[in-house]
This record gives sequence, C-alpha cells and structure tokens, in this order.
Amino acid sequence: MTQTTWKDGSRRRQKKAYTGKAYVFASYLFLFLFVAMIAYMVYFQVNESEQLLQSPYNNRLTVQQKNTIRGALLANDGSILAQTVNDENGNEVRVYNYGSLFAQTVGYTDYGNAGLEATQNYILMDSSETILDHISGDLTDRKRQGDDIVTSLDVAMQTAAYNALGGQKGAVVVLDADTSKVLASVSLPDFDPNTVAEDWETLNLEDSGSPFLNRGLQGLYEPGSTFKIVTTLAYLNEFGNDADFHFNCTGEYTQGTYTIHCSGNTAHGEQTLADAFANSCNCAFSYMATELLDSDALAEAAASVKFNQDFSFGLPSSTSRYSLDKTTKDGLTMQTAIGQGDTLATPIHMAMIAQSVYNNGEMLLPSFINQVQNINGNVVKTQGVDSLGTVMSQNAVSYLKSYMRGVVERGTASGAFADVPVTVCGKTGTAEYQNNDGYVHSWFVGFTDTGDNDIVFAVIIEEATEGETTAAQVAANMLKEYYGQ
Amino acid sequence: MISIIVEVSKYLLLFFMLMFTWDVFRALGASSPEVRARRIGGQIALMMFFNCVGYFVLYIQTLDVVIIGIFVCVVIYLIITQLLFHIFYSRASFILVNVMSMLLSIGFLIQTRFDTGNAVKQIIIAAAATIISMFIPVIIRKWKGLQNFGIPCAIIGILLIGAVFAFAKVYSGGKLSVEIGGISFQFSEFVKITFVLFIAGMLKDITTFGQVMKVTVLAGIHVIILVISTDLGAALIYFMAYIVMVCVATHKLRYTFLGVGGMAVSAYAAYRLFSHVRVRVSVWRDPFQDYQGMGYQIVQGLFSICAGGWFGTGLMNGSPESIPLVTEDFIFAGICEEMGILFGICLIALCMGLYLVIVNIAMKLGNNFYKLIALGLGTEYAFQVFLTIGGQTKFIPLTGVTLPLVSYGGSSVMCTIFMLAIVQGLYVLRKDEDIQEEEAYEEEIQREQQLRTEQRKPKSGTGEFDTDDMERRIEEETEKSLYW
Repeated sequence: MTQTTWKDGSRRRQKKAYTGKAYVFASYLFLFLFVAMIAYMVYFQVNESEQLLQSPYNNRLTVQQKNTIRGALLANDGSILAQTVNDENGNEVRVYNYGSLFAQTVGYTDYGNAGLEATQNYILMDSSETILDHISGDLTDRKRQGDDIVTSLDVAMQTAAYNALGGQKGAVVVLDADTSKVLASVSLPDFDPNTVAEDWETLNLEDSGSPFLNRGLQGLYEPGSTFKIVTTLAYLNEFGNDADFHFNCTGEYTQGTYTIHCSGNTAHGEQTLADAFANSCNCAFSYMATELLDSDALAEAAASVKFNQDFSFGLPSSTSRYSLDKTTKDGLTMQTAIGQGDTLATPIHMAMIAQSVYNNGEMLLPSFINQVQNINGNVVKTQGVDSLGTVMSQNAVSYLKSYMRGVVERGTASGAFADVPVTVCGKTGTAEYQNNDGYVHSWFVGFTDTGDNDIVFAVIIEEATEGETTAAQVAANMLKEYYGQ
Repeated sequence: MISIIVEVSKYLLLFFMLMFTWDVFRALGASSPEVRARRIGGQIALMMFFNCVGYFVLYIQTLDVVIIGIFVCVVIYLIITQLLFHIFYSRASFILVNVMSMLLSIGFLIQTRFDTGNAVKQIIIAAAATIISMFIPVIIRKWKGLQNFGIPCAIIGILLIGAVFAFAKVYSGGKLSVEIGGISFQFSEFVKITFVLFIAGMLKDITTFGQVMKVTVLAGIHVIILVISTDLGAALIYFMAYIVMVCVATHKLRYTFLGVGGMAVSAYAAYRLFSHVRVRVSVWRDPFQDYQGMGYQIVQGLFSICAGGWFGTGLMNGSPESIPLVTEDFIFAGICEEMGILFGICLIALCMGLYLVIVNIAMKLGNNFYKLIALGLGTEYAFQVFLTIGGQTKFIPLTGVTLPLVSYGGSSVMCTIFMLAIVQGLYVLRKDEDIQEEEAYEEEIQREQQLRTEQRKPKSGTGEFDTDDMERRIEEETEKSLYW
C-alpha cells in the first residue's frame, strides 16, 4: 500500500462508483422489469378487470351479497322482469313476475345461475348509489341497492312470440331492425325461474326436451332454404345482376351421380332468379352452385356473413358452422347451396343476416341491454350499438330485399302472411336433418319493411310434421298479434 | 359504523404506504446525510401509523384480543430492531432497515388477517432471525477467508439441494422441504446465499474463460437439480443470479449474450423435456382451460386482484381465502384485493426501492468480492419479487415462489433477513473503511506537515516503516470500531 493510494482513497472510490457500468446496466434491467410490471398492473385493472369480474366462474360476489340487495332486471318499458323482495319471513327472494315467459333469457340466480342473471351478475350486485346514500346506508346499517339493468326486451313482443309459438318446440328471436337490440327471445320448452329449485329434477329428465337450452342463441340447426339468401349473395357478388340467370325446373336436377329434388317434386318451369328465390327452387340453386359459381364463391359469401365466427351477445351462444372446400363433390355442393350438407346455423345468426339485408348491408351485433341505472333511476352506463361491418354490397342488398319481398308476396310464404297488416320480406326454410323419420326443421327468417320501428325475426320449429303450424305461420301470427293491438 | 371506519382505513393505509414509498425514493436521491437522517425518522413514524391503523381495523372487524397482542409484539419488534442497529451498527444503512421493517410490517399485518397463529410464528421467526443476523456483519468483517470458500460453498449448496431432492417429501407440488422440529425448511432458500458466495468467491479476481466454465458447470448442477425437483422458481432465481454475476464480474458483453442465449435455449429445452414446465406455460396462456385443475389458483388470484379495484375492499371485507396457498404464493393477490391495486403498485415500488438500495451499496463497495455478493443477493431478491408478483398477475407464467418478507414461510423470511444482514454488513464495512481512510488521510497530512517541519532533521525511519506503522494504526482503529 503506497502513500498515494491512501491520499486520494475516498475520491478514488467515489470515481469507481461511477465506472461500474455493468452494475448500472444490471440495475436498469431490473428497474425495467419492475416498471413493466407496474404498467401491466394498470393495464390489467383498466382493461381486463371488468371481464374477469363478470366471469361466470367468479363467485366472489356471494360475499358482497351480504350487504347488497341485488338490482332488478327491467323490460325496455321499465316493467320488472326480475327483482329481489322480502317475503313474509323477511328473507330476500328473487321474483320473476312473468314466470316462464322470459325463462332462458332472464335466467335465474338462486339455484345455480343462468341467463342474464348469470352474465350480468356483477352489474346487478354493484352499487352506484351516491356517496351520501352510501354513507347514510352504512350509518343506518341499510344494505346497498345494486344497480338495475334496463334490458331491450319488449314484453308485448315477447308475449306475441310466445303465443305464436303455441307450445311447439322451437325458438323465436326478434331484433330491432335499426339497432339489433333483442326485443324478444323465446325458446320452448321452458321452465319457471321462480321454481327452478323445486322443479330441478323434472327439468333435467331425459325426455324434458332440454328446457334450459336457449335455442335461439345456442341451438344449431341446418339452415335449409333460408341459406339461399347466402347462395344468392354469392351469385350477386360474382355477377352483379340477375339478368343472365335462367333455369328451367323439371322438379329434379342431376349432377354426376347425385340428384336434387324440389320440394314435393314440383316442377317450377322457367325461373328467373327472383322466381327461383320466391319458390325456393332447389334445382335452380343446385344448378347455380355447380355450374355458375366460382368454386370458392359460396365459402366467401358464408364467411362474409360471419359463419364460423363467435359473437358475444351477453348470453352464451353457439357458433354457426359452414364448411365446403374446393375438392368437395358436386352432391355436397348442391346440398350446401340449399342449406343442407354440413352447414349449421343459430336462429339469432340467421336473424343477423336478415338484419344486414334490411340495414343496407351493415351487420350489427345484437345485444340485450339498453342501460344500467342506479336505484334513483340515474343512468350509470348506456350500452351502444356495435357494428360488425358492412357484409353485403348495396347492390346485392337491393336485389335480396326484393327477392325476400317476393317470397311473402307471391312465393312460399304468401299464404301464411296473407292477413298480416305490415309489409314483410323473408325467406322460408324446411331443413331435413339426420335421423329425421319424416320430421323437418321449419324456418322463417325475415323483417318488416314499413320504414318505421321495423323488426327482424328468425323462427325455428324443431321436428315439425306435416300439418303442424309452420315457422312462417308462427311469424305471421306473432306479427298479427303484435301489430293488431 | 364499522364499515365507515374500514372504508376510511383503506385510504389511510394507502396514504401511509404511498408516503413511505415516496420517502424511500426521496431518501435514495438525497445527497446529504442530514437530510437522509431526517427522512429516516419520518419513515419510522409512517410505519408506526400504518401498523396502528391496520391492526385497529383488524381488531374492530374480529374483536379478537390476540390481534392487540400481535400489534404490541410487532411494535416491540420494530423498536428493538431500530435500537439494535442504532446501538451496534450506528453506521448501518437505515433505509435498508426501514424498508425491511415496512415489508415485514405489511407481511405481519396480512398474515394476522388470515391466521393469527401463523402471524405469531412469523413474528417469532423474524425476531429470531433479526437477532442472529446481528452477528453476520461481524463475521463478514472478521472472516476474510470467506473469499476463498468458492468451491466449498458450491459443494455445500449442491449437497443440500441434492439431499433434499433425494429424501424430501414433495410439498404442494413445487417446493421441496425437510421438517426439522415441526418447522419445515426449504434448503433452496438457504442455498441462495451459498450460491452467491460461491460465484463471488470464484469470480472475484479470476475471470478467465476456464474459470467461467467451472462456475457454469457448478451453477448448472444447482439449477438442474432444482428443475428436476420441480422447484422452477428457485431454479430461475439461481440462473438469473448466475448470469448477472458472470456478466458483471467479467465486464464482457459476449457473456451477456451467451447468458441470454443460454437462458433461451435452456428454457426451451426445459419446456420440451419436462411436462410440469409445459403445464405452467399452458395454464399461463389460458388459465380457464383447466379451471378445475391447475388453472384454479391463478384464476382465483386474478379474481381476487380485480375484486378490490384501485382501492381494495378494506381489510377483512374481501374473500382472498378462496385462493389456494394465498398466504404463501399468492399473498400479493390477497393484498391487492383488500388493500387495493394502488397499494399493490406501491408495494412493487417499495421492493424496487429495496433493490436499488442494495445495488447502490454494491456500487459503492471497493472490494470486488463484496461487490459481487451484494449484487448477487440483490438480483436474487429482485428476480424473486418479479417472479412471484408477475406470476400472480399473469404477467409471466406462475412459478410459485414467495414474496420475500411478506409471504408466510419460515425459511423465506429467515433467509431474506440474513441476506439483507449480509448486505448491511458490507455497507458497514465500507463505511468503516471510508472513515478509516478519512482519518488516515488526515493523519497523513499531519504527518506530512510534521515531516516538513522535521525535514531538516535526519530521518528516523524509512518510508516503508511509516506505512507499516500506519497499517498498525488502522488495525487499531478497526479493532476500536469493532469493540461493541
């Protein structure tokens, strides 16, 4: 150790502190990790927290239940669909004033949970009382009042749909044509949410017909002839107009070894595209798909109207399926063109396709909620309208609309809609399904076209037999009841 | 009425935490020792307020008298810790002491909230560890031979974790421990210290390629044993400490790249080879896919963090018990639920502050061996915090390690206190050296003046003799400062 080292020892050390570049680098690396973690926490709370709070797996709110009275679910006019009241013993009970009318849609909460009661659990248990109410509640040991949800459901429309269905197994979905808000969603068979616990075993019997299934959103059905809307869209996308389409229907059409028949082997004769659509001529569409369309035109059209896509409606739903690749044999191509084959669709998705035709090609995401309000009726949150983008050209829309009008005016639905007081456009469908034994699914998809407060609807009757009311008649009866008032 | 108190309390707890954290960073930046000293007094006050409010809320929520007892014990612990350091190590880093005390306070409080029995055990272990740790700085100063114990440390470490792997019972899927007298010890916690001593010992002055290779092989054996015994968290912590220490010791960028590359390759290899690694990753990507199984804990943790929002539900108002192992691996989620995400962010910042204090000390040390030890221990601490908090918030895959000083777990708390005591020892050593140098420098000046005055007289000795004489004096000074 020399004297010089000692002399400026501490100064040298000071200097050394600054030359430890590697140390500075290592510490910056970890600082970065920590800061990233903090940033992630903020991101997490802002963006992901609400979704997790509303997760159906999240049963944390049972703790909050101790000091919050669950908010009510209201119809679009304020009628109470579900509310919590005190029974004669002073216990809180959940009451569903309309019984089984809104069964799968509103759901239940006491014995497990389902429907909007399940998916909107967080909002119903969250209280947006004013701070003063909050404090005075704490002081007086009064429970907080959870927020109320104003749904888009319309009691009159739901009742009309329910009555029109007349107890047949099936579903009706009705959307507001301009906003895609769900006005009615009926699924039969159903259950009474007031007595789910008592009826639990009966409801889960094998032959109960799956009453908890919300067929309008979760049911997957062969779309049958309603899919011709998509096949026609594919044609219009490719050819632009229908001037060159001519087909002479003889009641059956053969490609290779596979033969397609028109319903009841009816020979429709010389058909334009409008005729073929109105008469739901299977042969014409099989010819179109095999002889005229590009091999992937149909797949593109199906993808453009969002087959194979998940939607979040705020209630559990299934995903419509379309599959047909270029190597497919003609038989399957023909079947697919008329909505058989491997294609499956949910009623709400078919309604969304009809809604895009009504709405100049723009598809809107259906939703069940209009707004959230606190106990004093002050709006806490308004649910807007989400667009899924333009899925059809203006040109295709104008053709499709007139074709769908033709179905009701002079085609397969002209009989059913004869006495309906409003202008209706639509498409019928009769889908054969596997192990059918002569049963079919009966479809009607359409919309009213009055220019004011129009509605879009999809009706499915499961396992319909000859002679029973068809889906078109159900739709017509619903409109008669609703507009007859 | 109680709910109002709880409501107010959560803002108060956040306020004290925020002020404390802010203060730690201010003190870190403060230049003059006087300012630092003033801040440190304020920190102790904030810590006491925090404990008062916290235990008061727990008491009115449960009306359990044990809680008052625990509160008294915690206050006594905090005061005694301060006194011990003031008496024996007045030159200690009091920011380090305070941050450690604050983190322990948060831990005691949240453990009391879950289980008063556990909290009592935790306090006893922390107190015992603190008392034992008072000897550590002395050992560091006295036992210079520690520097040459690189390879023995490596062997001890490998034997310990290897023995645990061979004999231990698997406890909760990821951690290996042996029970001694009813308390289960995780040797991987203690080996963290020997691991750092081993690398620092081997790389303190020889950084040739061969030496680095030797270190790599020995460190690799540690890591591989831990990976096989499914203690992924500890394996990652060791690996990170190894990389950082090698890079810093060698000052060579290529080792950094080699390290990062090696990390990527070995992570990929571990992913392909071990199913438990793949499970962790797939659960991280979508915990809901295995909700009933592996995903359950992380999903409950996420629900917990969300449930409190920015400000938390207030103590005892949430339901963090629904997370499996909440007091150990998921304590951060539990804290976030009841004390709020903002409190959680402060907690991250405070852990970051502790790391910065340690790095700060490392940078100011003169001896390469000590520098490496401080940085190695700091790295282990910081990376463990990152693993546990990142894992609970689903920022990175979950590895199931504890949050040092906060989580319940005897060996974790004990080892962290020891690690901080080592850093504290190094800091005290440096301070002492600084002061000796100052004194030596002043003596030198005096001597020069003397020499100048005596210049005309014949020299009474050689320069070498002078130096020897000075070294003897320094020895004396050292002895004096050690005399406590």
